[in-house]
Amino acid sequence: MTYAADVAALARKDLKVELRARDTLPAMLLFVLSTLVVFRFALPDQTNDDAAYGLLWVAIVFTALLGLARAWVPEQEHGVLDGLVLAPCDRSAIWLGKSIATLAFLLGAQIVALPAFALFFAPLDLAAIAGVLLADVGICAVGSLLAAMAAASRSRELLLPLLVLPLSIPLVVGGVGAAISPHADRFLLFLVLYDAVFAVLSWASFEYVVTE
Amino acid sequence: MIRAREVEKRFGSRRALRGVSFDLERGGRLLVTGPNGSGKTTLLRLVVGLAAPTRGTLDVPVDRSRIGFLSHEPLVYRELTAVENLDLFGRLYRVPERRERIGMLLERFGLWEARNERVAAYSQGMTQRLALCRALLHDPELLVLDEPFSALDEPGADLLQRELTELGDDHTLVVSAHDISRVEALASSRLALA
Amino acid sequence: MGAAIAMAFFVAPEDANQGVSQRIFYIHVPIAVTAYFCFGLGAWKALMLLWRGGERYDLESYVAIHQGVIFGALTLVTGSLWAKASWGVWWTWDSNQLVLFLVLFLFYCAYFMLRFSLEEGPRRARSSAVYALFGVVLIPISFLAIRLAEDFIHPTVFTREGPQMSGSMFATFCVSWGAVTLLAYVLYRVELLGKRLDADLRELREAFS
Repeated sequence: MTYAADVAALARKDLKVELRARDTLPAMLLFVLSTLVVFRFALPDQTNDDAAYGLLWVAIVFTALLGLARAWVPEQEHGVLDGLVLAPCDRSAIWLGKSIATLAFLLGAQIVALPAFALFFAPLDLAAIAGVLLADVGICAVGSLLAAMAAASRSRELLLPLLVLPLSIPLVVGGVGAAISPHADRFLLFLVLYDAVFAVLSWASFEYVVTE
Repeated sequence: MIRAREVEKRFGSRRALRGVSFDLERGGRLLVTGPNGSGKTTLLRLVVGLAAPTRGTLDVPVDRSRIGFLSHEPLVYRELTAVENLDLFGRLYRVPERRERIGMLLERFGLWEARNERVAAYSQGMTQRLALCRALLHDPELLVLDEPFSALDEPGADLLQRELTELGDDHTLVVSAHDISRVEALASSRLALA
Repeated sequence: MGAAIAMAFFVAPEDANQGVSQRIFYIHVPIAVTAYFCFGLGAWKALMLLWRGGERYDLESYVAIHQGVIFGALTLVTGSLWAKASWGVWWTWDSNQLVLFLVLFLFYCAYFMLRFSLEEGPRRARSSAVYALFGVVLIPISFLAIRLAEDFIHPTVFTREGPQMSGSMFATFCVSWGAVTLLAYVLYRVELLGKRLDADLRELREAFS
């Protein structure tokens, strides 16, 4: 399938670019760890575990924002995005490749962050981790589209968080719920719903965001 | 082949291109001239399909896969090497015998020695030559060049001029230029934008 | 509109338990519904823009969402007044509707930030349209999320009484609803006309320069 091949080529390209530049992933890693440590000092001793999960999610969302802010930068330099849009591949493949790559970076940061969280604060069970993974998909899918919108603007660093945060509220609900609620499956199902709906929406509408 | 009738492009209230009409037959060479801000770049972007006209009709019956575009910007990744860049676009354009074609183009445009260096390390002339390789990679039927000679160094400009002169009759060319000395001999028709 | 307010405060029989809050209800609910409707209309126009093209849809979508945000802000304000009158607090996380509106309000305010930072043109129109569509999808998803969140947000127990509507109260409600809808419609047309004139004027100026 050439669509899959296109997506693979595009995602590989993003990974390669990051490997050379080596700025996004280390920054995300350092950011999330530092944030967790700040939270340790921000929380009074008597706080229960549940509050800690909430803070984990705040850390995740902002780390994702960091990654998303850098997502389209390679395409902005030398106007490469036009080159991709001109290619005969489906424009949605550009979005998908970028989402997959951003997801890879976010997961990369979390491979270190989640154990760190479990060490500093509270244990993470399977449901909590599943929640994190599902929410990651959602935030990368929606975020890649929004980042592409913001990339065209003159105040993109300001704009991106404003666009992403309201849309990430349901994800935070889903993730925290999966971590602390006895009915974790409901929340996980909800995350699947969010992912499905918004991924399809992003997939279908990317074309319109990059052409004039 | 290409038909344009009263093509206009507006960005909000700003009119970038006023009513433009022309015909270009297959195999023709159109030279678009005009001062800065007259809409040359906008027109070329409309022709390749990066933007759609606000008014008028523009008929370009060529598939995206058969169009090659050289823009003001090089459209190549800074962090990747020449080979990696061309390999990516070669895949996206489904270029047959990709590696051989890439090698041939890099050699023709004098980039073979620098093929494994990142584009960030290139000079402006080299980058523009790579951009040209990118545009020609898939042997496009319609070649659209936006002020190609302005960013090229001398050897690059000579190479391009030779390339354009040798272009076959089944290839159509649209070139915009500020300084027309190198292209006017090639042109079969001209379009002057006010 | 003035007639509706007058009716709400002087004609409707006072509910012994609720008093003033009852009257705010007459305005609060229609305003909330109108806000939803405006967002829906904005999304519809946005879909038309993406599907059919045509610049006018961009303006119509923008104005609809603008109205939606205005009415959304009013919903939050009247909702807050209602909370104060009913339960003595200016804000509660218990009211799902209020929380939902807060999230939507943030979302649609960001819509304006998006428009403000993009250059005028098809790119801005399309990005705005896509964002408006996201918004309308966000409404049910957020609602679900907030419902789910009740699980662990541990709301303090407030009884939320929907008023039982007798004949004249129902009449008042309908009049109020009608008045609010009319107000929204009038504001929409006025703003749309104003923006269109603006755009036409700028185009003319451009053409003569």
